[in-house]
Amino acid sequence: MESCNCIEPQWPAEELLMKYQYISDFFIALAYFSIPLELIYFVKKSSVFPYRWVLVQFGAFIVLCGATHLINLWTFSMHSRTVAVVMTISKVLTAVVSCATALMLVHIIPDLLSVKTRELFLKNKAAELDREMGLIRTQEETGRHVRMLTHEIRSTLDRHTILKTTLVELGRTLALEECALWMPTRTGLELQLSYTLRQQNPVGYTVPIQLPVINQVFSSNRAMKISPNSPVARIRPIAGKYMPGEVVAVRVPLLHLSNFQINDWPELSTRRYALMVLMLPSDSARQWHVHELELVEVVADQVAVALSHAAILEESMRARDLLMEQNVALDHARREAETAIRARNDFLAVMNHEMRTPMHAIIALSSLLQETELTPEQRLMVETILKSSNLLVTLINDVLDLSRLEDGSLQLDLGTFNLHAVFWEVLNLIKPVASVKKLHVTLNLAQDLPECVIGDEKRLMQTTLNVVGNAVKFSKEGSISITAFVAKSESLRDCRAPDFFPVTSDDHFYLRVQVKDSGQGINPQEIPKLFTKFAQTQTLATRNSSGSGLGLAICKRFVNLMEGHIWIESEGLGKGCTVIFIVKLRIPERSNESKSPLLPKANHGQSSFPGLKVLVLDDNGVSRMVTQGLLVHLGCDVTAVSSSDECLHMVSQEHKVLFIDVCMPDGFEAAVRLHEKFTKHHERPLIVALAGNTDKVTKENCMRVGMDGVILKPVSVDKMRSVLSDLLEHWVLFDAM
Amino acid sequence: MDVLSQLQRQLADFLASLYREGFVDDQFTQLQKLQDESSPDFVMEVVSLFFEDCEKLVNNMAKVLEQQVVDFKQVDSHVHQLKGSSSSIGAARIRNVCIAFKTFCEAQNREGCLRCLQQVNHEHAQLKANLQSLFTLERQIVAAGGTVPAMQ
Repeated sequence: MESCNCIEPQWPAEELLMKYQYISDFFIALAYFSIPLELIYFVKKSSVFPYRWVLVQFGAFIVLCGATHLINLWTFSMHSRTVAVVMTISKVLTAVVSCATALMLVHIIPDLLSVKTRELFLKNKAAELDREMGLIRTQEETGRHVRMLTHEIRSTLDRHTILKTTLVELGRTLALEECALWMPTRTGLELQLSYTLRQQNPVGYTVPIQLPVINQVFSSNRAMKISPNSPVARIRPIAGKYMPGEVVAVRVPLLHLSNFQINDWPELSTRRYALMVLMLPSDSARQWHVHELELVEVVADQVAVALSHAAILEESMRARDLLMEQNVALDHARREAETAIRARNDFLAVMNHEMRTPMHAIIALSSLLQETELTPEQRLMVETILKSSNLLVTLINDVLDLSRLEDGSLQLDLGTFNLHAVFWEVLNLIKPVASVKKLHVTLNLAQDLPECVIGDEKRLMQTTLNVVGNAVKFSKEGSISITAFVAKSESLRDCRAPDFFPVTSDDHFYLRVQVKDSGQGINPQEIPKLFTKFAQTQTLATRNSSGSGLGLAICKRFVNLMEGHIWIESEGLGKGCTVIFIVKLRIPERSNESKSPLLPKANHGQSSFPGLKVLVLDDNGVSRMVTQGLLVHLGCDVTAVSSSDECLHMVSQEHKVLFIDVCMPDGFEAAVRLHEKFTKHHERPLIVALAGNTDKVTKENCMRVGMDGVILKPVSVDKMRSVLSDLLEHWVLFDAM
Repeated sequence: MDVLSQLQRQLADFLASLYREGFVDDQFTQLQKLQDESSPDFVMEVVSLFFEDCEKLVNNMAKVLEQQVVDFKQVDSHVHQLKGSSSSIGAARIRNVCIAFKTFCEAQNREGCLRCLQQVNHEHAQLKANLQSLFTLERQIVAAGGTVPAMQ
């Protein structure tokens, strides 16, 4: 044949081969078309697939391969040029795409592989986190248990409850079979089983404290596993068949109050421990985990703290109870003491009054008796009676004074007075006695000793007189010197009292008085006793001593009240002694100096009474005129009347003093009527009787009608002056005879 | 001045003699003390009053004592008055007589009373004379320009 360009098969296709190829191509095409569909379907389903465009490419490749194989179907038989062209195009495309795909896969596949690796890594990580999570949860659970336990333990301050609760809660948390607490005994040599969980009343087991296992546990603050066979662990009879559970022991420090120093946590100083033993259930094959051990340690510490709190609380409660008891006892004692003092004061006051009244009668009547006609013997007797009663009165006064001094109820009568005069008066009073004993008394007043001072004149005089009197009393011969001067600060510190701190200031000064005698002297050991009341020393208890033993004690009290100090210096028996006292006195202000009374004590008070309204009642003209003249001379505003009617008519509240001549027939009657007219004491003028004689009847009558005083006529100017002064000062006149 | 001092000396001597002889006592001194610028003639006034009083009392007493039945109580009260007055001015002698007088009155002794009354009269006259001389002397001193010295 002719050679043509048509493509013809080489040999006539075998039918069978052709058929199989045909079918295979068909199926390949089918498969090639269905794979992308499946791929698309599944990719659509999954959300995570990063390489979509690869898929597209791959899909295209497969579709084209499929197309090629499909078009191949037509090439088995005679086919037109179109088919050949399509076939060629598709093959070309397929070639392109498959090459591209092949190239791409080189990039893609490592990536895909690494994804897998990462997935594996993540899975491992997840497993690990799971594990850790499990651990944390366990720990948190443990912590919760501890907190709960602690809360339970701390919610009570009762030691017994604390321990019981600890055991119970531990047992519950850790699911223990047994939990026990061993406390050290009083001696500290043994541990005694004090609390257990399951057994209600633990029998008093004791184990010696020096066991090695115990020492081991006590030496560290960690919970340690111990053998179930050790004595502390063998508490219950073996219940299980096989294995007793594991046992752990931990020490519990027992803290005392004294262990708590500020910067020194009791770690170092604590000595006593209790032992807590915990047993897991037998036959359970459970093991002590680390976190459980930690839990036990923490609990042990908490228990220690809670116990120490409980101990402190017990201690303080005990102390408080003790204090309350003591308070009650003290209160009771105080009230008893107060009652006793009150009773004593009442007694003293009553006795004092009861004693004074008859004493007064004795003295008054004795002195009256003295003025009557008496034989010398009788006179002597009366004088003795008088002297003794005066002594007794002084004693009574002293006792009352002293008791008032002790109560602290005595207060100084402060007033302005002449200091020099006090000493001169003491000297004058003591001179007669001293001259009888042929003792020479000298008085030295310092130049700078102020004349006018403020203080308690009466008590200063009393003190000085007492001291000087003692000097005279206990000196048989020689001389006595009294020195008074202003104490300077050096000499103030010289005095013997350790707690006497005199403070000088502008308006105060310290008066120092020294009385030196050359008499019997005093044994220096006896000196402290002298100031205690009622104490009589051997040397002083002679027949002649008439001291009650109170004098110096009272002086000391007075001196103390005047913020001063008194002491005695003596070199010994027969060497005389010196009594020194220092008292604090005030200096009056400058402006008062001119007004202060600088007159000697004899004429105390005013020298004239300007404007003092007085009334004179006297029926004798001459006498009336004289009295009037006298009062006028003293500056008074005098009204003179001659009858009681006129007197009552003229008298008014302005008249301060009324002089009545009681020789008048109706003199007393006038006084009575005056009392009726002025019922209130302070409205009434003072009534003074001018009497010609001072016999008993007159005095009685004067007292009866309520006269404020009696003056014996004739009255001198000075007498009248002093009478008026006295009257106005004291509002009552003590017999100016 | 010589005259003055002479007069003063004379006064002092005279007064001293009065005291010595008991005509006056301490109370008179007191009386003299009361004499000052505000009452310069105090003593004279009082003394005059006394003499008047005395005369009156003496007359009264004389009258009573002349009675048949003597009221001794009255006499006594008069004597009492006189005693008071004389004590007030310091007429010592008169007072002493009064004391005796009183005793007689209480004893109701008429004779005694009369005797005392006479004595009172006598003393009264003497004292009056003496005091008048005293006052004259004082006046002379004052006239001479001096002051009457106060008696201690």
